[in-house]
Amino acid sequence: MSFIEYGDTIKDGDTAVVFLGHESMFPVKVQHGTVTQTKYGVIRHSTDLIGNKYGSKVTCSKGGWVFILHPTPELWTMNLPHRTQILYSTDISIITMMLELKPGSIVCESGTGSGSLSHALIRTVAPTGHLYTVEFHQQRAEKAREEFREHGVEHLVTVTNQDVCKNGFGVSNIADAVFLDIPSPWEAIGHAKSALKAEGGRICSFSPCIEQVQRTCLAMEEHGFTEINTLEILLRVYNVRTISLQIPDLGKAAEDNSSTGFDSSNPSTRGSPCAELQRGTVQFKSGMPLREMVGHTGYLTFATKS
Amino acid sequence: AMEGGPRAGPRICEGDCAVLKRDDVFKAVPVLRRRKIIFEKQWFYLDNAIGHIYGTTFEVTSGGNLQPKQEVEETTTETKEAGTDNRNIVDDGKSQKLTHDDIKALKDKGIKGQEIVQQLIENSTTFRDKTEFAQDKYIKKKKKKYEAVITIVKPSTRILSTMYYAREPGKINHLRYDTLAQMLTLGNIRAGNKMIVMETCAGLVLGAVMERMGGYGSIIQMYPGGGPVRAATSCFGFPKCFFDHLHEFPLSKVDSLLSGTFSTESLPSEPEGNALVEEESNRLTDEKQTSLQEIEEESTTEAAMEINQTEEQETMDVNAEDAEFKENKEKENKENVREKQRKQWERRKKLIETAALLREKNADGLIVASKFHPTPLLLSLLEFVAPSRPFVVYCQYKEPLLECYTKLRERGGVINLKLSETWLRNYQVLPDRSHPKLTMSGGGGYLLSGITVVPDKGKSDSSNLEALKMEEPSSKRRKVQDLHC
Repeated sequence: MSFIEYGDTIKDGDTAVVFLGHESMFPVKVQHGTVTQTKYGVIRHSTDLIGNKYGSKVTCSKGGWVFILHPTPELWTMNLPHRTQILYSTDISIITMMLELKPGSIVCESGTGSGSLSHALIRTVAPTGHLYTVEFHQQRAEKAREEFREHGVEHLVTVTNQDVCKNGFGVSNIADAVFLDIPSPWEAIGHAKSALKAEGGRICSFSPCIEQVQRTCLAMEEHGFTEINTLEILLRVYNVRTISLQIPDLGKAAEDNSSTGFDSSNPSTRGSPCAELQRGTVQFKSGMPLREMVGHTGYLTFATKS
Repeated sequence: AMEGGPRAGPRICEGDCAVLKRDDVFKAVPVLRRRKIIFEKQWFYLDNAIGHIYGTTFEVTSGGNLQPKQEVEETTTETKEAGTDNRNIVDDGKSQKLTHDDIKALKDKGIKGQEIVQQLIENSTTFRDKTEFAQDKYIKKKKKKYEAVITIVKPSTRILSTMYYAREPGKINHLRYDTLAQMLTLGNIRAGNKMIVMETCAGLVLGAVMERMGGYGSIIQMYPGGGPVRAATSCFGFPKCFFDHLHEFPLSKVDSLLSGTFSTESLPSEPEGNALVEEESNRLTDEKQTSLQEIEEESTTEAAMEINQTEEQETMDVNAEDAEFKENKEKENKENVREKQRKQWERRKKLIETAALLREKNADGLIVASKFHPTPLLLSLLEFVAPSRPFVVYCQYKEPLLECYTKLRERGGVINLKLSETWLRNYQVLPDRSHPKLTMSGGGGYLLSGITVVPDKGKSDSSNLEALKMEEPSSKRRKVQDLHC
């Protein structure tokens, strides 16, 4: 296993994802002799995990079962220990495409935070690219280094513990892309420009507030960035449900009981094994939006150095 | 880990596929000498652009030549005069003292766009009374109209997917670029994967997958009909080696492959086979050319004639073969036959290889984005995917994905099914004038994604916990937390 290469079987030292059910999962470090508690009982790593196939069903001690999944940056994002507010896959996807990242890209990032975006960036630029990530919080920087080591991607990333606004990225004229997720990105635009290759590159800044965006856009313009573009991406998730709507009783049934009325003439209900049919309902499948959705994560401002 | 000083970026070469850019409008064109290009109501030749670095902005001069634009210091240093509101501005249609003919005369004289804009400002009686913001807007509008500048950029998924969505959404099933971005991320597309791609998006999705894989790993493209369409793919300008591990397999052979009755004997043979070989060899040897022409929709009549001619040529070649037999050109004929047999043999060999790759049933993911109903595609193609791998299906409409979701749940072997859609909102950010852009895209399609798992041997445990949990209303897992501003 590795975050940058698929493997078929679960091995000692792997990070695997225990899938308990819809959006209920957690990461686990696979170790000989270790046990993991779930609400369905105990998982014994030596017998239940090691040597088994990724994607297989594991029966826990109480008879319930879980699936063991191969780690991906997306699963990691959903399950990682939060040290900061993190970026989710919806924002990450558009960042990756708009920064034009691909194998071989050199990327600068700050701050590292909880490493949610970092893992996705490393996945995309591997095996020949590199991520230079800067985090001013010493403990977070250390923790990120540890995770990259554990996940077998340390050779693709350099974590620097410094203030990007004061000291920049620690590299110059090397990056194809720069990403900023810091409270005052406008103070780092100059450093971003010098980190980017002389021939040019792309930049992205993530900010929750429009005032931050305005200052950032001004700074980008002052530093000669072009194609400055601010956007926002929202994810709408739908639950798939079978819905029954009752046919209102307009008195027709009372008048004419022999006819089945609306039901039999409606093709969408014909043949449906619905017990409600007699009482007059129509069934259909619907994609229902969640009652509550994330309405705002942050504005993404992109620009080009040319 | 520092690298040396300034290095020049990639240069525009003859034969490249480049993208022209003016404001937010893109157009992919082949870089050819003496070839007239029409873009945004301007015509020009690309000859002078050859040798310049990608990202260079050019001015169109008279005679359709391109000239690198010099950085000009804005001449707005003069003391600004502006009104505070528009209470005294009356629209009498007479505020512009220059007539239509005057402007045309200026243009014909070859006066630079910048100067025309300046003259328009000077001859506008209301300009000084406009607010500063309104003046700004006026200048921007005029600049857009009269300053003929274009930038030549290198193609990328970002640029091509934006371009296709704006210019030809019908050819890519209205797949918006942020939706494509989601697919690449949800599908965990990266170097080293063995991917299965089934698309009818002109090869745009294939190109996006190829870009993310950087030539590492392999891709099996499933295609309907006579062969895969790769018009958009060729716009990316990938190096040749990217095609070394790109395989293709006809959709019409999937059932036989799954049931074990597949054999190359059942291949479509002559004459259909021949036509296919022709088509394929054209695509391989002349890939860039043909598909570049395909996307050249706005091309001049000359160019259109060129295309027609080559097409005619090709069909003539095919037809001529019959005649040639009769004409007793024995030697040539033998060579032709041998060549054809060789191509047929090669094609068969490739197909056997691809079938073998599929039979391993260990693909690292499945990407579907087509005009077809997704359910049958998914139910069959998922058989080729290893357990614990992501799959993503795009559909322009939600309803087929509802059905697909239900059928996949019945089939089993998949978890974490998610039906989603993204909304994209663009912003105008200017001092004191920031707001969402007036229009946003109404629809960019829907995605159904999930992860494969080892299927149950007996489908007996229908009372399984997972199924129950799936029906639970999903909790507000990701609470909107306080933003760190």
